[in-house]
Amino acid sequence: MTTLIEDLVNSTAGIPAQKYSAKDFATDQDVRWCPGCGDYSILAQTQRVMPDLGIPKHKTVFVSGIGCSSRFPYYMDTFGFHSIHGRATAIASGLKIARPDLSVWVVTGDGDGMSIGGNHFIHLMRRNIDLNVLLFNNQIYGLTKGQYSPTSEIGKITKSTPFGSLDFPFNPASLALGSSATFVARTLDRDPKHMQGIIKRAAEHKGTSFVEIYQNCNVFNDGAFFQFTEKDSKDETVVFIEHGKPLIFGKEKEKGIRLNGFSPEVVSLKDGKYSVNDLLVHNEKDTTLSFILADMTHKPHLPRPVGIFLAIDRPVYDREMDRQISFAREQRGIGDLKKLFTSGDSWVVQ
Amino acid sequence: MAQKTIENLEEVTIRFAGDSGDGMQLTGTQFTNTTAILGNDLSTLPDYPAEIRAPAGTLFGVSGFQIHFGSNEINTPGDHCDVLVAMNAAALKVNLQSLLDGGSIIVNTDGFNDKNLKLAGYTQNPLKDDSLSKFRVYEVDISKLTALALQDMTISGKLIDRSKNFFALGMMYWMYNRPLETTLDWLKTKFKNKPEILEANIRVLKAGWNFSETTEIFAVRYDVAPAKLPPGRYRNITGNQAVAWGFMAAAKKAKLELFLGSYPITPASDILHELSLYKSHGVKTFQAEDEIAGISSAIGASFGGALAITTTSGPGVALKTEAIGLAVMVELPLVICNVQRGGPSTGLPTKTEQADLLQALYGRNGEAPLPVIAASTPSGCFDAAFEASRIALKYMTPVILLTDGYLGNGSEPWMIPDLDALPDISPSFVTTPEGFQPYSRDHDTLARPWAIPGTPGLEHRIGGLEKQDITGNVSYDPENHDLMVRLRAEKIERIANDIPLSEVEGAPSGDLLIVGWGGTYGSLKNVVARQRAKGHSVSHLHLRYLNPMPRNVGEILLKFKHVLVPEINLGQLVKVLRSKYLVPATGFNKVRGLPLRSAELEIEIEEILKGKR
Repeated sequence: MTTLIEDLVNSTAGIPAQKYSAKDFATDQDVRWCPGCGDYSILAQTQRVMPDLGIPKHKTVFVSGIGCSSRFPYYMDTFGFHSIHGRATAIASGLKIARPDLSVWVVTGDGDGMSIGGNHFIHLMRRNIDLNVLLFNNQIYGLTKGQYSPTSEIGKITKSTPFGSLDFPFNPASLALGSSATFVARTLDRDPKHMQGIIKRAAEHKGTSFVEIYQNCNVFNDGAFFQFTEKDSKDETVVFIEHGKPLIFGKEKEKGIRLNGFSPEVVSLKDGKYSVNDLLVHNEKDTTLSFILADMTHKPHLPRPVGIFLAIDRPVYDREMDRQISFAREQRGIGDLKKLFTSGDSWVVQ
Repeated sequence: MAQKTIENLEEVTIRFAGDSGDGMQLTGTQFTNTTAILGNDLSTLPDYPAEIRAPAGTLFGVSGFQIHFGSNEINTPGDHCDVLVAMNAAALKVNLQSLLDGGSIIVNTDGFNDKNLKLAGYTQNPLKDDSLSKFRVYEVDISKLTALALQDMTISGKLIDRSKNFFALGMMYWMYNRPLETTLDWLKTKFKNKPEILEANIRVLKAGWNFSETTEIFAVRYDVAPAKLPPGRYRNITGNQAVAWGFMAAAKKAKLELFLGSYPITPASDILHELSLYKSHGVKTFQAEDEIAGISSAIGASFGGALAITTTSGPGVALKTEAIGLAVMVELPLVICNVQRGGPSTGLPTKTEQADLLQALYGRNGEAPLPVIAASTPSGCFDAAFEASRIALKYMTPVILLTDGYLGNGSEPWMIPDLDALPDISPSFVTTPEGFQPYSRDHDTLARPWAIPGTPGLEHRIGGLEKQDITGNVSYDPENHDLMVRLRAEKIERIANDIPLSEVEGAPSGDLLIVGWGGTYGSLKNVVARQRAKGHSVSHLHLRYLNPMPRNVGEILLKFKHVLVPEINLGQLVKVLRSKYLVPATGFNKVRGLPLRSAELEIEIEEILKGKR
């Protein structure tokens, strides 16, 4: 006997994804983020990427927690679940384990995902459930009107830290890598093309894909990332990492990153001392390298790394669970409750 | 051979007690299984410390297992025991108070050396003074006899020491005329790859039997005839296993996949262990990183169309509270099973209590009503889990299922139900977008539709923000909020139309009504039966549905002069009954981490009947 879900999955298996446009993923709800918020760009890029994924809308689910970012599902014309603070990762985990046939996305923020949901976040990474996690990092609590967050820089003056914050920030990429994530990337709200590419790669990855998006909160933390996103500074402050390519940056591509022992350092390609051949070449399959690159994040003398830190294959939790079920059924046959109930010691009273 | 006589007994209660490493739970379970197969009715109570292997010989390391069995109906594990098997001095000291005057004590004399006596706090050896004069004491050097039985085997002293519980088991099998086969079969399966351990345990078990048969110590052995249970096929079952199987049966009859999101916690973990065995049945179990993820993953699975459950105990429910509120708001089916234990905080993890009723009924922010169902016997946990699932699916609501440590770990014979006779509880998923509104409601049940991801055209969003009636869009409208709060409450209230009326055991009116709920059922049933046998006008109402309550509860309460509500808490149901029905009900409350004792409740009842209370 099949379950109702198996019936549903089987009966809809033949329905292909339509030729969607970005507009097909917009809902009739008014978008309520503050004008100028970086979230608008993330929503637009996500809606633009969706038609390229070849996944029917009815197979797609967005799950979020609480915070500005977590309003996201209301604006995506897919299935959506706006849940409770910090738990989107846990809810999405249960959904994906129960329904491996769905494409499940988690939208979270630096407060939701790194603070109240930190525990669920690290365990999701190590389990490698096939979910896509988009973390909007604006380094502030926006919805509660401006308290410092676990990614705020030390010394941050906010409503709850009038004398400056004392705690050292998380680097979400390092936290994900330290939790044994299999796909870790960073992108920028003000770089639509780059973000689209990263979201697409995240969707294609089998296992948990984690994407940190630097997102400007123009009301409570305006300009937090401008040095990395604005034309006049970004060439000098950001290094885009790409698989198989040397790490080069600078307005005239005149600088590079070289490894001195395990430590990255900036070298000039102009003074004749170093050439491109001396530079660090990115390999997104190299876990050790991913730690070194992510660790550049809080080092002021180094450019901020943006791109895919790591993309490796490891067994996927939800697939492994299905495999265990299939294996058990091959070994023992499909479970029969009547047999189970009378298994072992039973007796008849006449 | 010594001359032995056989006496017939109607019922007997035996308590096995020893160090937590002595294997007393295993010994008790083996005796229970053998006794069940012989056809006795029975009830068991494991009573063990939270420490896994407390230091040997200490009072706090004593682990006990009590079995009450007979040829008549057995409703409780017994207030007191007739026989105490004490493997050391500490076990004697802790358990002597539960032994009836004139009862028998079988002691392992090796457990009464100076060190044991000191650890147990005895200044002199109780076996050597007259402090045990009102009991029959059988002194056996079980350790030495075990070692003798194994002397030609080259096995470690540790293994020899760990086999001695089987000597005690062999003695009890002889004394109560039970066959060895069930335990021998179990040993052969358990240790099929460890021939030495198998051989050692079989030898020691038989040595215990043979020793009893040949020694002069035991002159009498006892027979307890099979009970006259209703016809059918039976097996012995614990409450936790029955809960697990009840959910599996519900998933089967609902044509849904069963998903359990859970986090290890005593005394509920056995449900997780049990369900994790059944991969071939398609059961998915997820051991989450914490209690919150346990319920959150279940809510996710429910959104995806599974029969989703989470299992825990009181402290876990506290952590899950916010997520339960989310399930109330998004109106998804979910069963939260709370195997109650002693609280507050970490409390008494391995002991039983009924103090989470008000938490279940009211313990959430906002107006967050949900159905609450309580199992009343270990085997009844099966029906309770099935019924909780039925209500969750039909009314699109989280349901709290209350059991407790006694029910979860206790066992009794269970008449295996006919699966075909259980009702079909399969939900109707929405299949077409025509007229679909996420928060439209069924005319009768007020349940909202269940629209599963993967269904073309049903894309919609739900969440914890207040919903606009019908559309489910986010709404801050004051009138809409008032309406939704009332709709959610009425949906739960209407379940009262869909559950059986309460039935009074005994006369429908009279001097005194005993009202109980949950695991006190057996004790209360015995007490009321004895009171009625004495000619007192006492009846019993046991509530299975705590919210909503059956429609006739108020009516029933008014037909008695007094209403007494015994509970293992400081008076929670009595509070609800008083506020809901305006009756002057009074409480009888003992919060010791143990099942209620019949004797002290009977004193209270007789005081009430004499007009002294």
